[in-house]
Amino acid sequence: MKRRQVLIGWLFVLPFVLVVFFFLVLPLIYAGYLSSQADSLVGGQHFVGITNYIDTFKDPLFLEGLKRVAIYALISIPIMLSVSLASALTIDVIQTRLARVFRLIAFMPYAVPGVVAALMWGFLYSQQFGPIYWFAKKLGFRNLDMFDPNIFIYSISGIAFWAWTGYNMIVLYSALQGISREIYEAAIVDGASQKQIAFRIKIPAIRGAIVLTILFSLIGSMQLFTEPRILSRYTNAVTLGYTPNIYAFNLAFNQSQFNYSAAVSFALGLIVLVISYGFLLRNRRMADK
Amino acid sequence: MSIKSPMKRSSHGQKSLLTPRSKTANTLMIFGIGYFMMPLIWVILASTKSKPDLFSTFSLWFGHSFKLFDNLHSLFTQDGGLYLIWIKNTAIYSISSALGATLISAMAGYSLARFKFKGVVFLESMVLGLIMVPATALVMPLYLMFAKVNVVNTPWAVILPSLLNPFAAFLIRVYVLESIPEELIQAARIDRAGEFRIFWQIVLPMLRPALVTVFLFSLVASWNNFFLPLVMLSDNHLYPVTVGLQAWFAQASQESGNSVLYNLVITGALVAVLPLIISFLFLQRYWRGGINAGAVK
Repeated sequence: MKRRQVLIGWLFVLPFVLVVFFFLVLPLIYAGYLSSQADSLVGGQHFVGITNYIDTFKDPLFLEGLKRVAIYALISIPIMLSVSLASALTIDVIQTRLARVFRLIAFMPYAVPGVVAALMWGFLYSQQFGPIYWFAKKLGFRNLDMFDPNIFIYSISGIAFWAWTGYNMIVLYSALQGISREIYEAAIVDGASQKQIAFRIKIPAIRGAIVLTILFSLIGSMQLFTEPRILSRYTNAVTLGYTPNIYAFNLAFNQSQFNYSAAVSFALGLIVLVISYGFLLRNRRMADK
Repeated sequence: MSIKSPMKRSSHGQKSLLTPRSKTANTLMIFGIGYFMMPLIWVILASTKSKPDLFSTFSLWFGHSFKLFDNLHSLFTQDGGLYLIWIKNTAIYSISSALGATLISAMAGYSLARFKFKGVVFLESMVLGLIMVPATALVMPLYLMFAKVNVVNTPWAVILPSLLNPFAAFLIRVYVLESIPEELIQAARIDRAGEFRIFWQIVLPMLRPALVTVFLFSLVASWNNFFLPLVMLSDNHLYPVTVGLQAWFAQASQESGNSVLYNLVITGALVAVLPLIISFLFLQRYWRGGINAGAVK
């Protein structure tokens, strides 16, 4: 009977295990294998160890893209998450119909495909028929070009802000709703202001959710691909190695350098892993204090 | 962690005590609503415009003529009705991957919650690990593997990898632990119900809210997917709408910026997001259910 139970348990989990094996584990092993090989005219595929990785970390194109997504993350995440947090704290206190409508509308971009969001913002930014340039012109900024290579990364930040601020707000708002209201009542009785409640009680209480939104935004930013890829039609900013993911894509599918592409992808994954765990560890240490 | 009743609020009684209304907050929220709506309003207005109006009239108001129906007509007839095929493909790919992913995660989540297993820690680290893997690291080797077995450029190349959704299995496991009592399963066993019958007739119906949430999230994930179909498909009759629209957009920008395809891309974008936004407005609480679980994790 006991053995039968175990067997049935395995049967239920089997389809999941198969999917994980064939579409996650196997491709990753294969990519790992590819990244350890090199293709030469004479010898065909042969083992080169970590040579591809050494090349990657010396490759100016990879490093340039990495620097760009790092700056992109450092600039966009704090701005976006501050607005998400402020909005979440606001709609947690103000429970009017307006606040409910705001909550719904702000979350709505989550249902818009990244491709469509990029296309829409491409039009909105356009000098030919976009409202942003129209307003800028009225205000006297005749030279504003959202596709200028120097500011294009900030234009992308603008798209990400529109797409993800509401989502993060909802995550933080859900966490705020989980706090017991009795704590606030006690604080109010003690004469605490709303501002003090927000900073001394609410924000520390949802620390876990905040850390999670930072982490997910960080991972997402480092893997930037869709927006620059779509909008590369408008601008000459998007170079071969504009972001590490775009670089890996171009290496594999435009230049057929599958081995090197696999190494670039793995290198990016490794960097994201180190940053994420570093961030989590540091955070845990700070929380322990 | 309440996935059961995402709409539940704590104590409405103290509302008046805790809600000082402030004019600044209201103004900011109205501004925010306008900001988040703006791209959609723009798309709606732009899809009513003729080609010359698109380039010459103010973009946040109607043009000289109302051409929505003409635009819709050309959208659905361009290239022999290609857009409709893309919508159909998107629906087939996303519904079959979402159904498959939901069933697979329901079975796995149930098994991990109610049978004795050691795989839970592994599952959790996989959920986190999966979002760290760069898309190219997974899709490029999959492409090479699929090419060897002639699956590239078929619907399977898009559907099969989308069945992978460890987060869904995790969410269902939590839901089973919270809301399906062990005693109920034991009682059914004593009544000599078979394990698969228990799952199909008792567990699945009780899991309904969690299943809807998982289904919605998987549906949107594959509806919005771009990278995987972009790599896997080369026949434009197999494209989903995301890849198709970007192909038209690329063509439009090559034809010197005055192409009629701009109108099609804009109208096509509108038609592509409408079903999702409508489902989103009506099924809100299921969306929030998934996010609650994600936030507490």
